[in-house]
Amino acid sequence: MGADAAVHGSNRFSIRTRLSDVLLTAAVVFVFTTLLLIASGAPPLQAYYQLFLGSLGSWIKFTHVVKVWIPLTLCACGLLFTFRIGLWNIGVEGQVMLGAVFTTWALRAGSDSPEFGPAFIVLSLLASALGGALWAAVAGFLKTKGGVNEIFAGLGLNFVAQGVVLWLIFGPWKQPGVASMSGTETFPTELWLSAPALLRVPPAALAIAAAALVATGLILHFTWIGLYLKAVGRNPGAAFLYGLKPARLMVLAMLFAGGFAGLAGNLQVTAVYHRLIPAVSSNYGYLALLVVMLANYNIWLVPPVALFFACLNVGSIQLPMMLQLDSSLGGVIQGALVLATLGMHGWRQIRSTRAADRPSVPLL
Amino acid sequence: MQVELVDIHKHYGAVQANDGVSLTIAPGELHGILGENGAGKSTLMKILAGFTARTSGSVRVDGKPVDYRTTAEATGLGVGMLYQDPLDFPQLPVIDNFILGQTGAVALDRKAFKARFRELADSFHFRLNPEAPVNSLTLGERQQVELLRLLALGTRLLILDEPTTGISAAQKEVLYAALRRLAVDGKSVLLVSHKLEDVEALCDRVTVLRLGRVTGAMARPFDTQALLKMMFGEPPPAPSRSAQPAGSAVLVMDRVSSPGGRSGLVDCSVAIREGEVVGLAGLEGSGQEVFLRVAGGLKAPQAGSVRLCGRSMAGCDYHTFNKLGVYFVPSARLEEGLIPELTITEHVALQEERRAFRVPYPAAAENAARRIETFRIKGRPQTPVEELSGGNQQRLLLSFLPPDPRLLLLENPTRGLDLESVNWVWQLLQSYTREGTSIVFSSPELDEILMVADRVLVFFNGRVIMDAAAAETDAPKLGSAIAGRV
Repeated sequence: MGADAAVHGSNRFSIRTRLSDVLLTAAVVFVFTTLLLIASGAPPLQAYYQLFLGSLGSWIKFTHVVKVWIPLTLCACGLLFTFRIGLWNIGVEGQVMLGAVFTTWALRAGSDSPEFGPAFIVLSLLASALGGALWAAVAGFLKTKGGVNEIFAGLGLNFVAQGVVLWLIFGPWKQPGVASMSGTETFPTELWLSAPALLRVPPAALAIAAAALVATGLILHFTWIGLYLKAVGRNPGAAFLYGLKPARLMVLAMLFAGGFAGLAGNLQVTAVYHRLIPAVSSNYGYLALLVVMLANYNIWLVPPVALFFACLNVGSIQLPMMLQLDSSLGGVIQGALVLATLGMHGWRQIRSTRAADRPSVPLL
Repeated sequence: MQVELVDIHKHYGAVQANDGVSLTIAPGELHGILGENGAGKSTLMKILAGFTARTSGSVRVDGKPVDYRTTAEATGLGVGMLYQDPLDFPQLPVIDNFILGQTGAVALDRKAFKARFRELADSFHFRLNPEAPVNSLTLGERQQVELLRLLALGTRLLILDEPTTGISAAQKEVLYAALRRLAVDGKSVLLVSHKLEDVEALCDRVTVLRLGRVTGAMARPFDTQALLKMMFGEPPPAPSRSAQPAGSAVLVMDRVSSPGGRSGLVDCSVAIREGEVVGLAGLEGSGQEVFLRVAGGLKAPQAGSVRLCGRSMAGCDYHTFNKLGVYFVPSARLEEGLIPELTITEHVALQEERRAFRVPYPAAAENAARRIETFRIKGRPQTPVEELSGGNQQRLLLSFLPPDPRLLLLENPTRGLDLESVNWVWQLLQSYTREGTSIVFSSPELDEILMVADRVLVFFNGRVIMDAAAAETDAPKLGSAIAGRV
């Protein structure tokens, strides 16, 4: 063990430090949220209890949580690819929307012949992955060919995607008679991903999320793609010397991310809303960025973190009714958690740098 | 002032850069620190200058223990360091560089500073124009500016890190005269060098470091043989030139110009022949690094042409050069050559042929273990490369060289290696040249270049100003060419 520690240096944190980090972060967030609740005049314990009841209080509520967990997990899987290569794919939100748009397009083609429902659903799945991937590829090429930072490209494309969705809902795909914020016309049930009455969540949707997790884990840990993405992410210049093509790999990572995000958009249509609505992406793309960061880019932590975030999201819906609190409390807790975690991580790193005694140049 | 270093230890991971160094510098003393590359001199000086924190040990100034952690605190105590590459602001005029750090006042009294600058410069016979931008000065003049600034800050212990590298003989004399005067004024001077002649010419006392420890100290008059023994222990046999007869041209550059670095590369026409070992000399940033990158296709020439084995390489990138047997190994190992957070095994895997979908990690780990043994790397297959010491990182990079390259482009291949490792590296590289591989390498060490190169190119301000057979030149000639005089 002694030799091991010497070889591995001090920047590998032990399980104990990690655990204490998690507990400390949780404590910071808890204190912060509690103070916030007290300041806004709400009984803190009551609020936490309502959050719990609202998300895990009944089977029906839990199925709502799962319906949020699925797209969150899909987006998070895709983001693991882009984070791995060092890209901030903030355009994931727009990629979800484009997935939903392509899904709606495929299902509209099937509206006239609902007897082929399953075939059109499969087609819509393929189309959604393609749509998300194309949208991501635009950001990827802007980055690698045009020198546009992927954050700006992604953010811009998100606005464009939102515009496309609204235009379709109020233009070419409007409901017969009157265009409405409630979205396009609802698809016939043959084009829904069906869920058994008791389960309430389509098993196919769960299977897709699970498959995405397994596939992402396998690709990142065992294949050339995983190794190459990591190499380029850590040092693109050196990776080039090893014969890799950083620009191509960046686009490849974007394709994966967009594909998974597109699938999330598909399930929002086929499994949740059964039509295209303006807020079809529900900010799950942005939320997934937080999930991945909080999970420390570790795929095994993504499912539980995504579940926790889904609980907060669903649980906070009833806060306005029960406690006259704004439902954004869930978002506040999520944001505080991520900031506290990142702060903790940065603090650890500064401390380990000090311990390793690199030049003690002050940060400012 | 009197400065004592007591039992200084400094570890970088498993590497002991300083291993219990104790040293006393008396007031008014010209004290030399002598040692090979990697002996721990620079680390010790950086600790003294507050640039790096020590692992253990103590520093005493005039008998009182002091504890400082930043260069600003060291300056406050009167400890100032003149770095090998002066830490100045090249775009600013001399006088602004002089003023920087001296005042926190909002309104600057430039006139007063200028007068003070003139007075100081005159007293040392430095001829400096206060309004000239620093990037128009020679390295020697930049040193002078920095020296004046440090003195104006109230420096009482002046540390100089290899101050004679890259300055002309005349500037060296001016510098020595200035340092002698400082000593007469009661200031202490610490001269760090790996050049015996520097230390012998200037210092009253010398302390020798080797592998992080003090191996001896001596006062004037110096016994050169004894000093050499302290520096090297029993010196291992040095490699000599391979003396391969050079074959046909492998790489031909014709009037190549390319921007980059401090000076870019200007109008360079050079042919590298088969089996030839070519050393690139010159101050850092004089064009060698651009030359190596253009020769490897990492940088496209702005003008002129590059031909490899008769084939025009216009529009080809490094990957194409690589397929034709050209390999580039950069000087900045962790920044350019290795991938932090990846293990040795993963680095090996990156270079394996891609057959199936899965990375054959077990085979790569075995391969990595073989290289670790052959190249005597202190690490394990699962060690992330950033945890290896600099020397071991260098060995790892060399272990990645393919069995039959046509042309190796090596930037400072022995940087930071101890003498024994340097010899070992060159024995390895010379086994390549026997098979007809050409080697082009840059090095700040003239001794190294003269020892192993068949031919030397000297770079000055982006141009090759000297191209000579190593056997027909010597260190003084190269030194003056490096300073721009042929």
